Amino acid sequence: MAGAVTTVTAVSNEAKPKHLTEARWVRGVLIGIALLFVGVVILLPLVTVLLEAFRKGWDTYWAAIKHPDAISALRLTLTTALIAVPLNTIFGVAAAWAITKFTFRGKNLLITLIDLPYAVSPVISGLVYILLFGAQGIFGRWFIDHDIKIVFAMPGIILATMFVTFPFIARELIPLMETQGNQDEEAAVSLGARGWRTFFRVTLPNIKWGLLYGIILCNARAMGEFGAVSVVSGHIRGQTNTLPLHIEILYNEYQYTAAFAVASLLMLLAIVTLIIKSLIESKLERSKHGD
Amino acid sequence: MAKSRGKSVLPGFRLTLGFTVLYLSLIVLIPLAGLVVKTAGLTLPQFWETVTSPRVVASYRISLLTSFFAALVNAVFGLLVAWVLVRYRFPGKKLVDGLIDIPFALPTAVAGIALTSIYAPNGWIGQLFDPLGIRIAYSPIGITIALIFIGVPFVVRTVQPVLQELESDMEEASVLLGAYRWRTFRKVILPELVPPLLTGFALAFARGIGEYGSVVFISGNMPMKTEIAPLLIVTKLEQYEYSQATAIALVLLILSFGLLLVINSLQRWSNRRLRSS
Repeated sequence: MAGAVTTVTAVSNEAKPKHLTEARWVRGVLIGIALLFVGVVILLPLVTVLLEAFRKGWDTYWAAIKHPDAISALRLTLTTALIAVPLNTIFGVAAAWAITKFTFRGKNLLITLIDLPYAVSPVISGLVYILLFGAQGIFGRWFIDHDIKIVFAMPGIILATMFVTFPFIARELIPLMETQGNQDEEAAVSLGARGWRTFFRVTLPNIKWGLLYGIILCNARAMGEFGAVSVVSGHIRGQTNTLPLHIEILYNEYQYTAAFAVASLLMLLAIVTLIIKSLIESKLERSKHGD
Repeated sequence: MAKSRGKSVLPGFRLTLGFTVLYLSLIVLIPLAGLVVKTAGLTLPQFWETVTSPRVVASYRISLLTSFFAALVNAVFGLLVAWVLVRYRFPGKKLVDGLIDIPFALPTAVAGIALTSIYAPNGWIGQLFDPLGIRIAYSPIGITIALIFIGVPFVVRTVQPVLQELESDMEEASVLLGAYRWRTFRKVILPELVPPLLTGFALAFARGIGEYGSVVFISGNMPMKTEIAPLLIVTKLEQYEYSQATAIALVLLILSFGLLLVINSLQRWSNRRLRSS
């Protein structure tokens, strides 16, 4: 599978035959080390977020969430995701269709280019838009003359988010559609179905779980992006602060409890995302075995 | 694959490819080209002076070293975790498997403040090391810990599928020939795992070099000591030193692209091994 970042794996539960596994104590030690590692590295930070968020009780927690700045940050985060994710979804489906249904020159190059944003530091993803649209930017003058604000405003935040989450959906769909082949669509077309009808009636039902998988991962990243958004936002309180940036401001002002309270919202988003993801994975597994 | 474009009966080639290329150009290619154009505004000596100044070189060194060590730790423990998840049964296994993906899904800023509060001198783990004179937060160790967190899924998720596909015939043969378990692991299993391990290592390393959100809180951001390259770019931007920020970014970008090419060929190698076995 080409997309190394998110591969669908099933946890098998059958034990190996005795001669192909380790002595009981070796297994115990290895499991112990693995649990300790995952516990300290991953679980401990999650527990910390919750404990710190509720350290001063429910009222303080609720006050931090209900604060106007937090609400406006939440609104901006939702708006950004609501624009960036659908656009990247349309792109992902179009790219996967072009790449998996047809053969053309430069296909591998195209796939590599789609992967580019994975390799770019989030900070650079924000920087490039400042260089284009900032006051000293390449197109900066024109936008200032026309009184259009891109950088240090919402359009910049949306663009940076789109850049960072760019490959997610295409990356999920390309391997999936590759293994499914073209037969179903070709049959539909030869029976006289039009292009769009073929897509909605044949392709979409085939890829719906993979697509949903890509969308929720894209959404999680879009709502949580920090570095890229931080560079282009300008940090104007109540205006250009997303939830992750709001956390940073609270933290730097030593309002730790409030910072962790807002952080717990994003942690909830991450956990819900992963639960949906594992539900989809078992669906995908089952449909694979059903064939 | 032998089928040519003309033969495909399916519609939509021009529309989808056209849209793909247009959107890719607008969102990714033109902005990245802008970075190169802006750097071209610097003369070569200016560019060179910027990227070889002691503070910039120090930031590259810190980024590379901490990412390397974090990726190394992840290679070792990632292999172990993948092994345990694929081969053994134990209570809570599904949960542990799910937790592995947390670093992908958890916003980096959340991870950053949580790790800082754990490893700060008065934090849960930080206070254990503070009396020994070891500072974790606000030192390169802290940066490495943040990058370990970020990199966990890369190694586990690249090794796991390969380990799952591994046929047991070879292992059987090795056991029949009287090899001990450890020898079987070293001579039969480990060679199969080298490509995915290297891929996972490279992915974690590349991610670490660019990482910003989880590191800025725990690093303390002292120039020459704990200032990573992405942070230096932000600092230069805040001081309106756009050309310097751009020059530092270009070097980082070239480094990342180089790594991307290495990763792509590693993945091809890994896939070929998987298919032929």
